[in-house]
Amino acid sequence: MMGFISYLVNGISLGSVYALIALGYTMVYGIAKMLNFAHGDVIMIGSYVVFSTVSTMGLPPAAGILISVAVCTVLGVVIERIAYRPLRQASKLVVLITAIGVSYFLQNVALLIYGANTKSFTSVVTIPPLSLAGGALIISGETIVTILACIVIMIVLTLFIRHSKPGRAMLAVSEDGGAAQLMGVNVDGTIALTFAIGSALAAVAGVLLCSSYPSLTPYTGAMPGIKAFVAAVFGGIGSIPGAFIGGILLGIIEILGKAYISSQLADAIVFAVLIVVLLVKPTGILGRQIQEKV
Amino acid sequence: MAMLEVKDLEVYYGVIKAIKGISFEVNEGEVIALIGANGAGKTTILHTITGLISAKAGSIQFDGKNITKTPGYKIVGMGMAHVPEGRRVFAELSVYDNLLMGAYTRKDKKEIQDSLEMVYTRFPRLKERKGQMAGTLSGGEQQMLAMGRALMSHPKIILMDEPSMGLSPIYVNEIFDIIKEINASGTTVLLVEQNAKKALSIANRAYVLETGNIVLDGDATELMNDDSVKKAYLGE
Repeated sequence: MMGFISYLVNGISLGSVYALIALGYTMVYGIAKMLNFAHGDVIMIGSYVVFSTVSTMGLPPAAGILISVAVCTVLGVVIERIAYRPLRQASKLVVLITAIGVSYFLQNVALLIYGANTKSFTSVVTIPPLSLAGGALIISGETIVTILACIVIMIVLTLFIRHSKPGRAMLAVSEDGGAAQLMGVNVDGTIALTFAIGSALAAVAGVLLCSSYPSLTPYTGAMPGIKAFVAAVFGGIGSIPGAFIGGILLGIIEILGKAYISSQLADAIVFAVLIVVLLVKPTGILGRQIQEKV
Repeated sequence: MAMLEVKDLEVYYGVIKAIKGISFEVNEGEVIALIGANGAGKTTILHTITGLISAKAGSIQFDGKNITKTPGYKIVGMGMAHVPEGRRVFAELSVYDNLLMGAYTRKDKKEIQDSLEMVYTRFPRLKERKGQMAGTLSGGEQQMLAMGRALMSHPKIILMDEPSMGLSPIYVNEIFDIIKEINASGTTVLLVEQNAKKALSIANRAYVLETGNIVLDGDATELMNDDSVKKAYLGE
């Protein structure tokens, strides 16, 4: 029983990371109507920034995280400005291929700078593990911090989107960019803001991920990126609560699959569940049918 | 000087010339109607004026400034609101949030509050439904919301695109009464309509469009008695 609870907590923790990454996918999709497949690699870049600043340069972890968030935010905005904005009127396929290109570009930049060897990432979490039920259930500090960070970020983000002026502008653009522009919303600016927020969250996700799974390579971001994309689709792409639910569920399924079925098959199980969900409900758990406007 | 002056405007969709060099003007305080059949280019003209599409040639002057190349999102702040075809309210935002979006470019909270009261007085139904998602309103109510949203920017001129489209006859009359009221309270109106009879009944002047050209213009009452207009647009 304690084993199950422990797996469940670990699943929620991993799922929290997926949820943070999925937020970036789902917000960008909702507002710019594109899949930013380079999003996973922004996580990897963010983790290398923390690695360089904390492990190599010896800065305090908090400073390293702040620098990483700043670097990723700028990176996200620059990627959007250079690679995606010129393609605003282009077909979706062109944008998708460009995003994959950006993804490879980032991986190869990391390869050039840091080489292909695995770097061992030092956890930025210093709080001690929590021992429950007389030591039968031990929850690591990383797990606690990851889950708390995800909850806090979800609450702040939801309040920002629902109750701030730029947040409402984001909702308006995601529904109807042209009508939002008629209200005086700078659509390009709003898209840039979305990339900035998504990339900042990716930096946080990267730090949390590498603190729990401390090996860092130029391809570290790729698999979590794809799984977070699955989480976003799972929850209903474009929906922020959907990304949260999808991420958490995916993390739980993956960890329970590893624990009780097969650690080799865990990823296959994750994707199989996605296929089943999409067969039953093609728009994802919280996704809505998009009505074409006449 | 005209409040809005469109000169030799040409607009293309790819290689297709949709607007073939048209000129017209709207003076302060007027209701001007642009009438014409489906595909004549009425909506394209409005979209070009408010920057949703860009012009290939010609100029658009508003309030003494050349706005031909002004980014669309800056135009509403200059005093020009646009009620788009099909209303395009934000279906998943509440009525209240939709109205706040209308005041997006305004800073003064007190003035925004005053405008909100003004809109609620003009459209009591919006006040009753302020917490409701805009997508759950009826077509007529959505049209009122789209108009209220435009008024929230405190415009000097409102561009209205097919406000009567898809509405029941009772709502059509109500919407046209409201347009008259909005104009009477000092806002200039540029109205695009397929319902030529209704449009001409409230307009001061009108322009008749055919496949990207203005073929006729003049006093609205004169146009209403013009034989070719009667035949082509009034169904008489």
